[in-house]
Amino acid sequence: MGVGIEVTNLNAWYGANHTLQDINLHIPANHATALIGPSGCGKSTFVRCLNRMHETNPIARVTGSVKMGEIDIYADSKAVLVRRRVGMVFQRPNPFPTMSIYDNVASGLKLNGYRNRRVLDETVEQSLKKAALWDEVKDDLKKKSGASLSGGQQQRLCIARALAVDPEVLLMDEPASALDPVSTSKIEDLIFELKSQYTIVIVTHNMQQAARVAEKTGFFLNGRMVEFDSTHKIFTNPSDKRTEDYITGRFG
Amino acid sequence: MNTGEMTFRSRLRGAADHLVTGLAIVATALVILPLVAIFVYLLYKGASSLNFAFFTQMPKPPGELGGGMANAIVGSAVLLGVGSLIGVPIGIGSGIFLAEYGRGTKLANAVRFTADVLNGVPSIVMGIAGYALVVVPLHRFSAFAGGVTLGIMMIPTITRTTEEMLLMVPNAVREAALGLGVPNWRSVLSITLRTASPGVITGCMLAFSRVAGETAPLIFTAFGNNFFSTTLKEPIEALPLQIWVYATGPYEDWHRLAWGGALVLIVLIVTAVSLVRWVTSRGVLKGAS
Repeated sequence: MGVGIEVTNLNAWYGANHTLQDINLHIPANHATALIGPSGCGKSTFVRCLNRMHETNPIARVTGSVKMGEIDIYADSKAVLVRRRVGMVFQRPNPFPTMSIYDNVASGLKLNGYRNRRVLDETVEQSLKKAALWDEVKDDLKKKSGASLSGGQQQRLCIARALAVDPEVLLMDEPASALDPVSTSKIEDLIFELKSQYTIVIVTHNMQQAARVAEKTGFFLNGRMVEFDSTHKIFTNPSDKRTEDYITGRFG
Repeated sequence: MNTGEMTFRSRLRGAADHLVTGLAIVATALVILPLVAIFVYLLYKGASSLNFAFFTQMPKPPGELGGGMANAIVGSAVLLGVGSLIGVPIGIGSGIFLAEYGRGTKLANAVRFTADVLNGVPSIVMGIAGYALVVVPLHRFSAFAGGVTLGIMMIPTITRTTEEMLLMVPNAVREAALGLGVPNWRSVLSITLRTASPGVITGCMLAFSRVAGETAPLIFTAFGNNFFSTTLKEPIEALPLQIWVYATGPYEDWHRLAWGGALVLIVLIVTAVSLVRWVTSRGVLKGAS
């Protein structure tokens, strides 16, 4: 089951660049939350702070607190452990090119030391089913490389891989921006399915997508969160002028 | 634009296309030709002296016909085995350091510079270094000293190719692993290195083939041995050494054996490289890049 995320006074820097300024919000458990805003507004940085991925960049720095359930992921945990609780799906599908479909899905478990064949088989099947990919790949799980699938299938494979480690939160950084419309709608259906079991945070450039999949939407601009409210409210009656200008296409 | 001009332009384009294709074919032929020539000439000169005895018998004393190079073949295998045991892990390890941990640090720049310089050091100098560093302290020429010297010679090539190949692995692949909560060291070994492994293996084979034919560094270290030996403590024979001795010797039968030895050396290198490629390419999946 998913957990809620409480973000308090989050600030982030890349070198001297203050990319996130005083972010405060509550992301509800078992719902989808969309983050929108023009390129470079800090929304990708924000999700990378939620699983401490920004730390892979040596010049990155963060202050403030992010609580997942009862745990402050910066004060009480280690980056590696946080990332096991928080799955991430990236903008471009990034399956491990040398691994089979099966090994791609099992990789999170295998690389963290799980070896039990039955558990692995079971997890791979469950995860691929959750990612709506099982029927398309079940016959060549171990024969084909993950890289041999189509772009849309690869992205669903990456979702299955993230689900296999049984996370509570799923971060998706523009998961459909590199995909065609059919694959995109499959991913959106999937988000709709998954949000009852996971807390989903999705970054998107596509406002219709945000409107379709998310209950809550946050609008980011220049490293600040301008507005955070129910998706319906954001798209029909935003309280901030800048939000309105952005969603009506006046800039961005 | 009228049609006449179109035809002229498209003809010109066609001609340019043919010209470039032709040049590429000529260049390819020029690359392959020397290799084929060497191999054919070796076959022509050496094949006649290859028989069962060549692989199983020891060299005969001068004047006596026949005999083989069993000691040199086994000796080369021992030397290259020791060399690879030293060169491959250190080379790959320092390549990993350069690409994954030391990016942009002073130490990495120093290591990279050292590797490049080491790569350019003449092999005879490496032999003298091996003599000074291993033979003198241990008070003896030995297979160990020869293997160490060959191993050191393998390191720079392996280091630099490993680094290049790891840098070619897209960052997205690293992020995918880290995003799953995999510790960095595990991601480096099981994901990045594995993804780069075809290139890394090529680098190892390149280094292996280069030192397999080295003579100069062995003169000062492995020294050569007319008797059969497999112990690391004793001097040992090697194919290039024996070829050198026999080819420069005064006897017709020695020249014949030297050609045979040269052929065997080339075949052994080709076999070793193909074998490693075959073993490592087994189980490669459909569509894997």
